[in-house]
Parts: sequence; C-alpha cells; structure tokens
Amino acid sequence: MASLFAFANPKRFMDVSAIVLPWLAGATILTLGAGVVLGLLAPPDYQQGTTVKIMFLHVPAAWTAMMAYGVLALASLIGLVWRHPLADVTAKCAAPLGAVFTVLGLVTGSLWGRPMWGAWWVWDGRLTSFLLLLFLYLGYMALRNAIDDESRAARAAAVLALVGVVNLPIIEFSVQWWTTLHQGESIFRPGGPTISPVFLWPLLLSGLGYTFLFFTLLAIRIRTEILERRARSLLLAEAP
Amino acid sequence: MSGFLAMGGYAAFVWPAYGISALLLGFSVAATLRAYAKAKAQLAALEKP
Repeated sequence: MASLFAFANPKRFMDVSAIVLPWLAGATILTLGAGVVLGLLAPPDYQQGTTVKIMFLHVPAAWTAMMAYGVLALASLIGLVWRHPLADVTAKCAAPLGAVFTVLGLVTGSLWGRPMWGAWWVWDGRLTSFLLLLFLYLGYMALRNAIDDESRAARAAAVLALVGVVNLPIIEFSVQWWTTLHQGESIFRPGGPTISPVFLWPLLLSGLGYTFLFFTLLAIRIRTEILERRARSLLLAEAP
Repeated sequence: MSGFLAMGGYAAFVWPAYGISALLLGFSVAATLRAYAKAKAQLAALEKP
C-alpha cells in the first residue's frame, strides 16, 4: 500500500500522468476506432439482425459505467480511511464521467430494446438497478455541490458512494436472480464466451476503447483539479 | 452503400445509438480538454509575476 501511495502525491501524479497520458490517449483511439469499424462491418446476427451492432456501444458503456463506480467507491474508501487528498480528487472526477457512461448504457439499451423486445423500457431487475446507478452518480455529485466545505463534502459524498456499492452486485447478478427480458452473461462465464468471434472481437476492442477513454479523461480531469487547487492556494496566499 | 445505411431495416435504432454515443463522448472529451486548458492558463497567469 505504501508503494502505491508513493505514486499518489499530486506532484508525482502530474509527472507520471504526463508520460502515461499520450500512450493512453493513443491506445483509446486505436482500440475504439478498430472496435467501431469492425463492429459496423460485422455481419447481422441470425436472431437480432443488424441491431446487434448496438451491442458494441451498449455493453462497453454499461461495463465502463460499473467499473467507474468501482473506481469511485475505491477512491472514496481510500479518501475516508487514509484521508488521502488525491483519492478524493479521483472520486470527484470519476463521478461525472461515470454518469455519462451510465446515460449511454441506458439510451443505447433502450434503442436496442425497442426493436428486439418491443419496449423502450421495462421495470425489470437489470434495467431498474442500472437506473439506480445513474441516481447514485447524480446523488453523489449533488451532495458534493450542496456542501461548501470541501473536506466535509468529500467525506459525506464518500459515505454515499460506499453505501451505493451494494448496487454493483445487484446489477451484475440481476439477470440470474430475476426473470427478465435482458439477456444473460455471454462473455465472462464458466466454459468461455458463448458469443461468435465475429462479434466478440469488435466487442472486446470497443470495451477496451471505452475503458481507456474513461481513464484518459479521468487523468486529465485529475490534472485539471490539481492545477485549480494550486491556483486557489496561490490566490489565497496573495490575498491581504 | 444505401443497403449499409438502411441497416437491414433497423436504421432508426442503430444510427441514433451511434449518433448519441459519438455526441455524448465527444462532448465529454471537449469539456474535459476545455477545462484543462482553462486551468492551465489560469495557473500560468498567477505564476507569471
């Protein structure tokens, strides 16, 4: 843990992220570009026709939305327990990004559900728990905004983020626990993926692309926040 | 080409999904970069004198 924290002071983060960011951005462009192109060129599914192409956007968005919540919760925990300033900045910067990916997961899912299920929306376990994920993100952001004192806002919001973690396994296992229209797990399952390679490859590339994009934007946002805090402390030092 | 654009009759669902994904992600990238440039400029202005 100590070695991890050595990387986590703002100065060191600025140095390391300056080196890593160009590579991360490059990897985002390559994987996302390849995923989208291969996805658009993939043949129609024998059951779902061309709507299967929505999968290459929907699944990565939903995956990234959940992973982002994991980052938010982990950063909140480290911020609460060890009072690490960079952890709190990470949590603060992850929330709006996670909300964007959650909205994308919901909207693309809806556009996929209408032609395949005959409904834009159903109140089943998967969709409802995923909508709750959006409200958790929005609640986190609202709570931070509502409290003026930065460190109090951080702690209150971190508690909310940690309480919300129970929703992650609910989303994950909802398709097993309850009867649903949403299809079950077809990639990370015992016995290997049940999805054809012509769909699996674009999906994996696009999933990597979304993941890299999240971490690229997160790193830039953390850098922004560090610069803003530095500017604020300079202004305070100058004030009479 | 027109066959590709028609998406086997599902164009009304497939293209909006790609459109809104490109729009929202593009907006996120633009907003993130704009805020970063602003913070850099602000700090540079403070550190100059």
